[in-house]
Amino acid sequence: MITLAHFIVLGAVLFCIAVAGVFINRKNVIVLLMAIELMLLAVNINFVAFSRFLGDVQGQVFVFFILTVAAAESAIGLAILTLLFRNRSTINVAEIDSMKG
Amino acid sequence: MDLSLSVLITIALAPLVGALLAGLFGRVIGRVGSHCVTILGVGIACALSIHVLWQLVSGDAKNFNQDVYTWFQAGNLHVSVGFMVDRLTAMMMVVVTFVSLLVHVYTIGYMADDPGYQRFFSYISLFTFSMLMLVMSNNFMQLFFGWEAVGLVSYLLIGFWYKKPTAIYANLKAFVVNRVGDFGFLLGIAAVLYFLNTLDYATAFDSAGALTGRAITVVGGHAWPAATVIGVLLFIGAMGKSAQVPLHVWLPDSMEGPTPISALIHAATMVTAGIFMVARMSPLFEMSEGALSFILVIGATTALFTGLIGIVQNDIKRVIAYSTLSQLGYMTVALGVSAYSGAVFHLMTHAFFKALLFLGAGSVIIGMHHEQDMRYMGGLRKYMPVTWITMWIGSLALAGTPFFAGFYSKDAIIEAVGESHRWGAGYAYFCVMAGVFVTSLYSFRLLYMTFHGAERFTVVGHHGHGHAAHGHAAVVGGQSIHSDPGHDAHGHDAADEHKEDSHHTPGELEHAPSESPWVVTVPLILLAIPSLLIGFFTVGPMLYGGWFGKAIHVEEQNNVLGELARDFHGATAAALHGFIQLPFLLALAGFIVATVIYLFKPALADSIKRALHPIWRVLDKKYWVDEVYFAIFAKGGVKLGRAFWRGGDAAVIDGVLIDGSASLVERIASGGRRLQSGFLYHYAFAMILGLILLLGGYWLVGQG
Repeated sequence: MITLAHFIVLGAVLFCIAVAGVFINRKNVIVLLMAIELMLLAVNINFVAFSRFLGDVQGQVFVFFILTVAAAESAIGLAILTLLFRNRSTINVAEIDSMKG
Repeated sequence: MDLSLSVLITIALAPLVGALLAGLFGRVIGRVGSHCVTILGVGIACALSIHVLWQLVSGDAKNFNQDVYTWFQAGNLHVSVGFMVDRLTAMMMVVVTFVSLLVHVYTIGYMADDPGYQRFFSYISLFTFSMLMLVMSNNFMQLFFGWEAVGLVSYLLIGFWYKKPTAIYANLKAFVVNRVGDFGFLLGIAAVLYFLNTLDYATAFDSAGALTGRAITVVGGHAWPAATVIGVLLFIGAMGKSAQVPLHVWLPDSMEGPTPISALIHAATMVTAGIFMVARMSPLFEMSEGALSFILVIGATTALFTGLIGIVQNDIKRVIAYSTLSQLGYMTVALGVSAYSGAVFHLMTHAFFKALLFLGAGSVIIGMHHEQDMRYMGGLRKYMPVTWITMWIGSLALAGTPFFAGFYSKDAIIEAVGESHRWGAGYAYFCVMAGVFVTSLYSFRLLYMTFHGAERFTVVGHHGHGHAAHGHAAVVGGQSIHSDPGHDAHGHDAADEHKEDSHHTPGELEHAPSESPWVVTVPLILLAIPSLLIGFFTVGPMLYGGWFGKAIHVEEQNNVLGELARDFHGATAAALHGFIQLPFLLALAGFIVATVIYLFKPALADSIKRALHPIWRVLDKKYWVDEVYFAIFAKGGVKLGRAFWRGGDAAVIDGVLIDGSASLVERIASGGRRLQSGFLYHYAFAMILGLILLLGGYWLVGQG
């Protein structure tokens, strides 16, 4: 029997993987974007799980919105990435520190 | 007919108007215009002063005491501008305006070609106004105003030749030393206000009795009688203004100024302001034996020890300056033994003969083309007979020759000291006695070195080297184009710029010395007359006749002049009696010593100097007072300033407050900017951490 707890644990695990992806990754901005996508998906799983178990369809509707926004965000993110690479000739995260104080 | 207020206001303001006209519109009205308006102003003041004195003396008028104008009001303190005119004031007014008038006239000759002619007249008229405000005042505040104003004008006039570094140094010194005295004076005025609750003379003097038994803790938990504190503090002001030891150092240096102001300000009038002040406040000073003893000892020290310095000076003006110090010491001694009338009497006679001596010295300086060193004079009597005779009269008066003005005043002071039983009177008696010998010695030394003996200068003639070096006399064909012997455009008038000329060799003159013009000699003659006669005619009433009335208050047990009055049988008898008295014998001894050394055996002076070299050195160095002051106060001041600069300004204000606050911000910021690594994952980590902390917080609160 799959319970709510399983879904929440799955969401948490996904989220932790995503966080680890953000932290550990030092090489690639694309991986960073993927990790962020993963975070959103982890949240989406929580939404769907709660929606299903609480019998409220609003959560699932919300997931669609998030997916849409995530897609738009990815598109913009990748566009920025392209521009970044054009200007700096790198997508190495460790080298992108022009915001350093 | 009583004194009218408008007359008194005119007396005070006429010189001020003259000063303003000459000072502000000097260029418009020109040289002649300037000296005309100022002389007119001072002349009006002088004539009206004499009129006022006459009214008071003839008994027509009562003493005048009235407020004219409210200066300011603060709480219960009401300060006004007002006049208090009694015989003491009127006498001072006459002396001040008379000497001032003669000095104005004299200045026409002395400053004839000086570029600052109008400025000079403006200043001396302003001085006359200030001095009149000082003496005519009816309250302490106005006195202080006049006191500071004369100090300011003195500063301006000592530094009149403001391109001369020594003059600037001297006026700064005068100003600073006077500040020390004024500090005490201001505290004294504050003490009067504190104890007597008023700054008005009449009220304060009437309630002076209230000081009895009151005390004030000044330092160290010891309670001092209020009257002594007030007396000593006020007298410290007088010490500054009247140049008493140890605040005397500024007066000899003030000789850097033009000679007319040495005569007017630094001999006849301003420096006697301290004496006048103490005499005016006799009801307060009579309350305290302690303060009077203090005055006595200070005055006696000044009288003897500054006179001694005068013996070794070579600058003609400095000899007279030290003589002035010594005579001021005599006046102070008289104040110290409660012989206020004696002090004021000596003030008056001294004003005449000392102004005469200074103006005479100025005449010599003109004649010698701005040579002031007596070692390069000698034998001047045949060149400048009027100056010679008047200087003799002045010196005889100064030395205290019977029948001359100085005799009566000085003799009265010496006898008053002898009568007194106040603490310090014995010491003072010795000092004033020895001072008579010293006075006589330096006076006649000056006369002999200047007017008698061999000429120690040479006249290098009109075509001498000095001429071409002047740069404004073209030489054509070996002959100067200025062949007119009367031409002396570069003679005495370019003032001390001459001294700075490198070509000037001591003892070499371009023209033979000649008698000064009439504007110089007439004031000399007009001053010689009172120097000769005024003592004889005024000694009876002024000293022994209670002439000053209630203006001067002496307690019965202190009344030494009253004691002397019993032995006084007229001026002639006093003078004849004077011939067999010790002071005259001492003066005669001084005269003989001076005659032998400086007239007959000039070589003796050098051998004595060698024999007594240590003593000579002490005197030549003026007891090292200047050096001590310089080492302690000037260098100490510099050190203190440096300590404040380094410790206070550089370390605390700059280091801690200004740079410190900036560097604190910088340090915080540099910590903060290390957080701004620029790496995305650091920011993300911070966000997560924040989230965890927030949730953890909620959770903990929820648990609690």
